[in-house]
Amino acid sequence: MAYLELDRVAKQFGAQTVVDDFSLSVGKGEFISFLGPSGCGKTTTLQMIAGFLDPTRGAIRLEGKDLTAIHPAKRGLGIVFQSYALFPHMTAAENVAFGLEMRGVPRAERSERVRAALAMVGLAGYEDRHPRRMSGGQQQRVALARALVIKPSVLLLDEPLSNLDAKLREEMQIELRQIQRTIGTTTILVTHDQNEAMSLSDRIVVMSQGKIEQIGTPQETYEKPASAFVSQFLGKTNDFPGMIDRVVSPTQLVAGSWRAPAPAGLGGPVTVSVRPERIGFGDTGLSAKIITRIFQGNHWLFQCDSECGPAIVIRQNDGKPQPAEGEAVRLTWRPEDMSVRGGASA
Amino acid sequence: MSMAADERNARAPWALTAPALMLFVGVLLIPLAMTVMLSFHDWGQYKGIEPVFILKNWHEIATDPYYAEMFWRTFRIAILTTLLTALLGAPEAYILNRMSGRWKSFFLLVILGPLLISVVARTLGWALLFGGNNGLVNKLLMSLGAIRSPIPFMFTETGMVVALAHVMMPFMVLSVWAALQRLDPQIENAAMSLGAGPVTIIRRIIMPQIMPGVLSGAIIVFSLSASAFATPAIIGGRRLKVAATLAYDEFLNTLNWPLGAAVATLLLVALVLIVVGSNALIERRYAEVFR
Repeated sequence: MAYLELDRVAKQFGAQTVVDDFSLSVGKGEFISFLGPSGCGKTTTLQMIAGFLDPTRGAIRLEGKDLTAIHPAKRGLGIVFQSYALFPHMTAAENVAFGLEMRGVPRAERSERVRAALAMVGLAGYEDRHPRRMSGGQQQRVALARALVIKPSVLLLDEPLSNLDAKLREEMQIELRQIQRTIGTTTILVTHDQNEAMSLSDRIVVMSQGKIEQIGTPQETYEKPASAFVSQFLGKTNDFPGMIDRVVSPTQLVAGSWRAPAPAGLGGPVTVSVRPERIGFGDTGLSAKIITRIFQGNHWLFQCDSECGPAIVIRQNDGKPQPAEGEAVRLTWRPEDMSVRGGASA
Repeated sequence: MSMAADERNARAPWALTAPALMLFVGVLLIPLAMTVMLSFHDWGQYKGIEPVFILKNWHEIATDPYYAEMFWRTFRIAILTTLLTALLGAPEAYILNRMSGRWKSFFLLVILGPLLISVVARTLGWALLFGGNNGLVNKLLMSLGAIRSPIPFMFTETGMVVALAHVMMPFMVLSVWAALQRLDPQIENAAMSLGAGPVTIIRRIIMPQIMPGVLSGAIIVFSLSASAFATPAIIGGRRLKVAATLAYDEFLNTLNWPLGAAVATLLLVALVLIVVGSNALIERRYAEVFR
C-alpha cells in the first residue's frame, strides 16, 4: 500500500493552472525527487503536501488518511527550506529543540534528542552558536537536524542544496543520502539539478509546465526518457531525425547512413535519441566531421557536424589516440543504446 | 611625482567632503557652541545679556524644583508616547505587512500620509475634536447624554500623549516595517511545520526578531517627543509646559536668553545620553539579530 499518495492533485492561481493532474504514490522509506525547471510546479506541489497551499482539486493521503484536512502545524512533516528559515534569534540547539518543545517533550529528553540530532548531522559542539555565526553548509545541517528531530512521517526538502557551492553540495548530497538511508524517513526532494536528483533518489518525478513528464528510477528516466523534454532535461542527448523503412524486409530504421533493424510496431518518421557517451567511432554509420575536440581529463568531448545535424560525442580517455579536429568519422551506436520516439504505429 | 600624487590622493576626500562639512559646521556646530556659551552668560531685566562666565542659570535649574518638575513631565510624556506608539504601531506594521499587494500600498499611504500634513494642523485637529465645550466629539457625547462635562483633553498630559502618539506613529510603523522586511518569508511556515500555533509564532518567532525595529523606532519617537514643540505648545499652552516650550518662553517672552539656552542645552545633553545609552544596550542585547 502506498504510504503517501497524491491523487490527481491540481492547483490553480486564478485562471493559471500551476499543477495539473498530479498522481503519485510514494512507498514508505522511499526517496523521491521532483525534478524540473523553475516554474514547473514542483515547489507548489511540495507546499501542498506541507499544507502551506490547499490543492484546488484532488486528494493527498498519508497512510490512507486525508492530509488536506489536517492543519499544517499538526501534519508532523519535517521541512527544510531553500533559505533554511532558521530562527536567527535562537542558537542551533534552540532551533532544533523548538519542534520538540511544541510537542511538549520533557526537558531532559529534549536536550538528549537535540544533542543526538546535531551529532547526526556532524554539528556536535555547535549547540550554542547562532545561525548568523555559521557557514551556509552548517546552517543547512541545522535546518536538517531541526526537521529530523521531530521524527517526521515525511521529510520535505525544498531545493536545500541550491545555496551551497559545488563542492559542498556534493558532500551534502552524499551525507543526505546516508542519513536518509540510516533513519529510513520517507523523503521528497524538490530540485532543478538533474545530477542531484539522480544521485539521491530512488525514483524521479520529472515535471514540466505543471504536468508529470515521467516517473521512474534514475536509470529509467536517463536511459528510456518518455519524452523529448525528459531526454533534453536529464543530461545531454543527441536527437537525430530518422525514418522507418517498411519497404525492405526486414523493416529497417534509417538515420542518415546509419541503419538497424526497426523496433516492432512503428512506422514513418521518428526521432532517434542517443546519449553522447553511447556513440562510438566506427567504420560504418552516420558520417560526420569533427568540429571541435575538447580534452576534459577523464574524457574527450567532440562536437561534430553530422549528416543528421549537430552531434555531441563523449569518449572515455582510455589512452588510445582519438580523431583530430576536421577529421571525417563515422558515428555508430548499438540499437539498445538509443530510444526511438514518434512514428505512427503500424 | 608619485609622492605628489599620493598627497593629492590624501587630500581628495577632504576636498570632496568640504562643502557638506562646512555646512554642518556653519549651521549646526557653531550655533550649538554659541548656545552652550550663552547658557553661561548673565542676564538682568534692565541690563540685558552680559557676556560673562557665571553658573547662575545652571545653579537656578539645579536648585529650583520648578525645572525638575518640567523635565520630569517632559520625559514622562515622551515615555508614555513611546509606549503608546509601540503598542499600536508594531501590530499595525505586522498587519500591514501581511496584507496583499494593493491594500498594502493603500494603507501604507494612509499611515505615511499624515507626514505630509503639518504637525500644527494635525494637533489642531485634536483640539477641534476634544477642545472644551465646543469640541466636536465632546458636543456629540454631551448631546447624547453619554457624558455630563467635556472630556478633559486640552491642557492635560493625556491629551498631549495622545496627540504626540498620533504625530509620531508613522516613525514607529516605518521602523517596525523595516525590521519585518528582513524576516525570512518562510520563517512562519517553518515554525508552523514544527507545530507552532499562530500565537506562539508571533510571541516566539516574530516578536524577538522585530524587537530591534521596535526599539529603534522607540528611540526615534522618544527623542522627537521629548524635544517636540508644536504639539505641547498647542495642547499644553502656557499652563502645561515642557522643556521645549519652556526654552521658547524664556527666549521670546521673558527674553532671558541665557536661561533658555541652559534649558535647551540640558535637554539636548539628556537626550543624547539617553539615546546613545539605550542604543548601546540594544545593540549588545540583539547582536545576533542585528549584524
